[in-house]
Amino acid sequence: MTWSYLLKRLAMFVAVVLLAITVNFIVPRLAPGDPTAAVLEQLLSRGQQVEGSQDIVAAYRARFGLDEPILLQYGRYLLNTARFDLGSSISYFPQKVESAIVSALPWTIGLLAVATVISFGLGSLLGALIAWPGSPRFLKSLSPALMVLSAIPYYLLALIILYLLAIWTGWFPLGGAYSQIPQRFDPSTLWDLAYHAFLPALSIVLAGVGFWALGMRGAMINVLGEDYLTLAEAKGLPKGRIFFAYAVRNAMLPQVTSLAIALGTAASGSVLVEVAFNYPGIGYLLYNALRSSDYFLIQGVAFFLVLTVALSVLILDLIYPLLDPRIQRR
Amino acid sequence: MNSSLTVKNLRTYFFVDEGIVKAVDGVDLTVGEAETVGVIGESGCGKSVMARSLLRLVVPPGEIVDGSAVLRRKDGSQVDIFSAPPSAEMLREIRGNEMSMVFQEPMTAFSPVHTVGFQISEMVAAHSRMSRKENREYVIDLLRRVGISNPAQRYDEYTYQLSGGMRQRAMIAMAISCSPKIIIADEPTTALDVTIQAQILDLMKELQRQNNMALVYITHDLGLVAENVDRVYVMYLGRVVEVGATRDIFVNPLHPYTQKLLQAVPRLAERQERLAAIEGTVPSALNPPAQCPFFSRCDKAMPGTCDRAIPALTTQAGREVRCFLYSQEQEATNDWQF
Ligand SMILES: Nc1ncnc2c1ncn2[C@@H]1O[C@H](COP(=O)(O)OP(=O)(O)OP(=O)(O)O)[C@@H](O)[C@H]1O
Ligand code: SF4
Ligand SMILES: [Mg+2]
Repeated sequence: MTWSYLLKRLAMFVAVVLLAITVNFIVPRLAPGDPTAAVLEQLLSRGQQVEGSQDIVAAYRARFGLDEPILLQYGRYLLNTARFDLGSSISYFPQKVESAIVSALPWTIGLLAVATVISFGLGSLLGALIAWPGSPRFLKSLSPALMVLSAIPYYLLALIILYLLAIWTGWFPLGGAYSQIPQRFDPSTLWDLAYHAFLPALSIVLAGVGFWALGMRGAMINVLGEDYLTLAEAKGLPKGRIFFAYAVRNAMLPQVTSLAIALGTAASGSVLVEVAFNYPGIGYLLYNALRSSDYFLIQGVAFFLVLTVALSVLILDLIYPLLDPRIQRR
Repeated sequence: MNSSLTVKNLRTYFFVDEGIVKAVDGVDLTVGEAETVGVIGESGCGKSVMARSLLRLVVPPGEIVDGSAVLRRKDGSQVDIFSAPPSAEMLREIRGNEMSMVFQEPMTAFSPVHTVGFQISEMVAAHSRMSRKENREYVIDLLRRVGISNPAQRYDEYTYQLSGGMRQRAMIAMAISCSPKIIIADEPTTALDVTIQAQILDLMKELQRQNNMALVYITHDLGLVAENVDRVYVMYLGRVVEVGATRDIFVNPLHPYTQKLLQAVPRLAERQERLAAIEGTVPSALNPPAQCPFFSRCDKAMPGTCDRAIPALTTQAGREVRCFLYSQEQEATNDWQF
């Protein structure tokens, strides 16, 4: 990997993040009048005790620093964001937005990222086997089922699963991430967590597996027509080696790109799964923030989501040259 | 002379939506031990499909529908490659090790995500027991022998980092790496300049002497054929139309197609004598009619005879030719309808 490549990718990352921060900075200031007034108004309309609300408005005023020159405001805003200080939530005042995100994050990573990776691995392997001429016939007949699966919206799938496995049979809990807030990590706590995570994970895996399998199957079919696969066979390599080292290895390249994007958007993409299962992750947090018009929380989560997408694209860019050596040239 | 490979009645068809493409339609080919055979013919006449068929590398919609290919193995035993089941371990042992192939397109034949050295070493490892280090040294030495400078460094490079000529040489290094009994080389020297070409051909000759290796050159380069080949097969539209010793064919071609092929050599070019285009177009291999396939382009065509049946390959004065000018024998109707 060359330095210029590395620097270019890093610069791209910084630019995207900076853009997101700037948008977050500008939008509230575009609204007519004092943005803090809107906060007050909102609190009043919700009929909360107005005693505390004076403090809240004061806190926001100080934060916005509206009497200062705009550049100074911008600089302060950048600095705050760089320190990951995203302000305070309105509905949970004085809880900080970043602490709300940080406490939701492990759930999202534990559920969504893990389920997405499982779905990716399973789907890609299935797709590769479906396309491979030497695999057993019953695998090929899975193709239509996977196509149907990939066409069902994942929230619908989540509801079906919820109905079948939780409401109807009662095998699994209806929602939530745990029976009691976990204190220690002992086997029974882990078991409880896995028990609660199973259904949401299942719906994410099932919803994704068709997509990954179809993508992989397409990529494999392209690769199977390549001369280098014929050459690998002409060399007298064992079938398994041709399958993994040549066919899958080359067909994986486009899949890995999709995986990075899927992981980056997993949190926002699966809001509804977290909502359907009452799972206290980022998606659920965003849902609540939207429902209560918690403006700063929405902004904070949105910024965080941009950050995850940009970060996963950056990581992809950094590992991709290891997977495809031709990239270094560009 | 012991024969190294005897192919009888090879038919490889492609079953496409529009019908059946009879890419190779009844080819007999014999290659003696340590013999060099040339296969020439216009683009699309089925040379590459034939080569791939010999290693059982044809994939759907293509299929070998008939024929036998008896190979004499390193241990002296003989096997019919076509009768083995597709996943037979015997096929795997033969590929690369006893019969290897130089692919026509070295640009696309190597995997883009593996180093050149890895791809060659892997083939060596599949057929021999060498330590990692020995294997690497061995392959680096092979790269040196095919004329790649800086072989130790090239070993770890990817194909996009090599020039076309270097890729072709790496391909040849791979083909010879397991000292096979027979190499099928599909256009092995197109991307090489004349000096390197001569160097490679000499190297092949040397290996041929050392290992009693047989060579099949599939080529458009008549100069290569004239100087390196013992016997020539002329192919036209999936069939062999003339076979003979190289000198006989060049001095006195019998088949009208061979005559045109040789006439079409541009006289000006001294060294790079390549097949130039000859008049008319090759008819489609898709559902061909039962007439001499060369009928529409032949000067000596005899209407009423040549458009009624397909001539059989018959022996004439020490060579074989497929033309009604020399024999009235017709090819047995062996119509493969599916
Ligand atoms: N996958 C395929 N599907 C359908 N037809 C095919 C396929 N591969 C080859 N053919 C047909 O087989 C015939 C012979 O092709 P082949 O590649 O063997 O020609 P060739 O003699 O090697 O030509 P060249 O000198 O250009 O390399 C052609 O008519 C071609 O269209
Ligand atoms: S059989 Fe007739 S048409 Fe065919 S090559 Fe001979 S003379 Fe020409
Ligand atoms: Mg060819």
